[in-house]
Amino acid sequence: MDSSHALAAHAASPAHIDTSTGLDSRKMAFWTFIGSECLLFGSLIATYMAYKGRSLTPPYPHDITINGHFYKGVLNIPLTSFSTFILLMSSVAMVFALYNVQRGVRRWSAFWLFMTALGGSIFLGCQVYEFTEFYHEGMTLQSNLFGSTFFVLTGFHGAHVTVGVIYLITLGVMALKGRIGPERTLNVEIAGLYWHFVDVIWIVIFPLVYLLK
Amino acid sequence: MASTAAVAAPRLPAAPAKEPTGLWSWITTVDHKRIGILYGTTAFLWFLVAGIEALMIRVQLFVPNNHFVSAETYNSLFTMHALTMIFGALMPLTAAFFNFIVPLQIGARDVAFPRLNALSYWLFLFGSLFLNFGWLLKAAPDSGWFAYAPITTLPYSPGLHMDFYVLGLQVLGLSSIIASLNFIITIINLRAPGMRLMRMPIFTWMTLVTSVLIVTAMAVFTIAVTELMFDRVFGTNFYNTVSAGADPLLWQHLFWMFGHPEVYILIIPIMGMVSEVLPTFSRKPLFGYNVMVFSGVLIGWLGWGVWSHHMFATGMGPIADSFFALSTMLIAIPTGIKVFNWLGTLYGGSIRFTTALLFSVGFIALFTIGGISGVMHSSAPSDLQQSDTYFIVAHIHYVFFGGTVMGLWSAIYYWYPKVFGRLLDERMGKLHFWGTFVGMNLTFFPMHFVGMFGMPRRTWTYGADQGFTWLNQLETVGSFVIALSTLVFVINLFTAWKRGRVAGNNPWGAATLEWSIPSPPPAYNFREIPVVHSRMPLWEDDPTKTEGIPHGRVEEETEQWTLAGTPVGEVRDVQDENKMSAHDLGIHLPPPSYWPIVLAAGVTSIFVGLIFRRVEGPLHQLWYLMFAGVLTTILSMYAWAFEPGH
Repeated sequence: MDSSHALAAHAASPAHIDTSTGLDSRKMAFWTFIGSECLLFGSLIATYMAYKGRSLTPPYPHDITINGHFYKGVLNIPLTSFSTFILLMSSVAMVFALYNVQRGVRRWSAFWLFMTALGGSIFLGCQVYEFTEFYHEGMTLQSNLFGSTFFVLTGFHGAHVTVGVIYLITLGVMALKGRIGPERTLNVEIAGLYWHFVDVIWIVIFPLVYLLK
Repeated sequence: MASTAAVAAPRLPAAPAKEPTGLWSWITTVDHKRIGILYGTTAFLWFLVAGIEALMIRVQLFVPNNHFVSAETYNSLFTMHALTMIFGALMPLTAAFFNFIVPLQIGARDVAFPRLNALSYWLFLFGSLFLNFGWLLKAAPDSGWFAYAPITTLPYSPGLHMDFYVLGLQVLGLSSIIASLNFIITIINLRAPGMRLMRMPIFTWMTLVTSVLIVTAMAVFTIAVTELMFDRVFGTNFYNTVSAGADPLLWQHLFWMFGHPEVYILIIPIMGMVSEVLPTFSRKPLFGYNVMVFSGVLIGWLGWGVWSHHMFATGMGPIADSFFALSTMLIAIPTGIKVFNWLGTLYGGSIRFTTALLFSVGFIALFTIGGISGVMHSSAPSDLQQSDTYFIVAHIHYVFFGGTVMGLWSAIYYWYPKVFGRLLDERMGKLHFWGTFVGMNLTFFPMHFVGMFGMPRRTWTYGADQGFTWLNQLETVGSFVIALSTLVFVINLFTAWKRGRVAGNNPWGAATLEWSIPSPPPAYNFREIPVVHSRMPLWEDDPTKTEGIPHGRVEEETEQWTLAGTPVGEVRDVQDENKMSAHDLGIHLPPPSYWPIVLAAGVTSIFVGLIFRRVEGPLHQLWYLMFAGVLTTILSMYAWAFEPGH
């Protein structure tokens, strides 16, 4: 119990956090981790962009006519626009979750954490549906350059969303049990950093992959 | 933390409290000093393994048309020599010093995340074992450490060789990223009161620069290797140039975007170590501290913009060639500044020629030679002549052996007494130094000439009429001189451990904080967290050493209170207090944990499982190990997160 009191004191006056910068080490580590993640995604996006339009065989991402032959693009832009919207809205839910955790409202904290996780799950559901559709249209990891780069880039992002959903559900259950009070704000804040980061990366991926012809 | 107040009146214990010993205490340790020792010993063993691989290469090249090893084994030998040296020996040896020394230099009780630190060690151990496991199946990686795709894709490398590369290096890369995240936060956030950024010891600074490079560059490498892994294991087309239209230069760009910063990852920490050794034995503060810091940062920064100088021979065109040639030449400026500042540190000092100093001076000389040959092939036309010849082998060994290894040995002679409490023998040390110095030049200097004569690197053997024979024989003799002097070193390390002269707190009269505490340091490092007033806390009272040097003396203080809320005091040269445990002193240390090793085993199993996906026969089923790995990883992450006391 002593430690929780100490934590509460720290949360109440962050200036007294006993580090050289006054910032919590975990939060700083997470920002550094995000920096590293930027280069992970950056390399994948760079690969995608370097190979954009270089596939020798169909299916192609967008409608295209090659040598008088018309190929229909596989990408379902309305569906992905919808799932993108849901993912972005889940970031708003995340903000509400953090706000309620800071105020110490147990139920609303849990509610918004679960809502965030739900948003992520809907996004993932759309991605699973999209991937199966592509598979039926003959686009696989192995089919062509577009298939390889598309599935690995969006799949890598999807894996991050999955981790985030599990992370959020865990926090939601803890909040419901009353184990996340205002003294544990940082736990939710870090989850929020992660979630917003995953969203921001999608904001980069979505136009580059889906909208840019 | 707040323990400074608690130790004001320590009660004396009845009996000396012992630190726990035994295998279990090492497996579960989260103490940065023990992890540093684990890193150091493991890495040193890999150094010996990689050294034996190098000797086998040299024996093969002793006479023309030799059949000491087969061409296939030779390919594995030079590949594994490079991989083991870089990822198994040199990087982890620097990590050993980051672990042991950096928290002591900044006045911290441990690193920011002790369990993550243990995790990165276990990942390193398992990853390096996994990478070398290929030898037992006669399937060690055989493509050169750069693993150029598409030659490493399935159609051209059908065996398991490159699977060990892509999967093993994933684990090692993860280990490096985690370790470096930890060091960045430790250095930024755990400094003792008064230790401003520009008062940090230069080794700590260079550790920070290196860690930032690792966190960024390793991420690029992870993706490059992941793409190759997907190509090999799941049949994707990232490097499929034949039927899918992939770009054969994609791998080279991604790889060297990591590979060149990697070169700086291996040399910048050494620059820091040498910058600690030279002032101590010259009895003078480091010449031009600020410039040394900024040129280190600049080297790291520029190191990101030069990768394509490894690719001049691929025909990128005049604009790219000129850009990368110029940016490469620019690096000579901060590096040159460093070399002159080291000389400036020695100049006018009262120098004591200990073994540590000899190695540091040797480093300056040999690293400069390596640097100058580097400037030679930074020019694209000149590089086209030298590319893929032994000239390049000579260059990288002057940088890595003359630079990194000489500097590491210097650091070992310098900090061994702090780690084990006993001094290494100086007579054996001098023998070791001269043997290494002479052997090193005998081995690598002739390579400049055979390279210019046209001997290609990574070639199994050569003809008797090509005129390479006598120079190659000279090189082989030199390599055995290095081996013998390394043997002297090993004997020295072993005998000094129990029988060396007792070091005491500060055997060299050095200036930084790690020398203010007992050797070996107690588990809690500092009984009281010191308060820092200058760059050279232990030299503050000695005007002869700091006369006329800006920032050498105690500066006018602005902050009079420490972060812990106690008044600013003095750094005390604490006498031997090793008798009291952290508990006696009321210092809270994180409890041991076995989750790091479990989590590391889980993560490694994922990659070990993936290798069996490509194995035919009954062993194929073992690829379900991957799912066991995933499960273990998830479970131990939860256990980790909810472990009490952390």
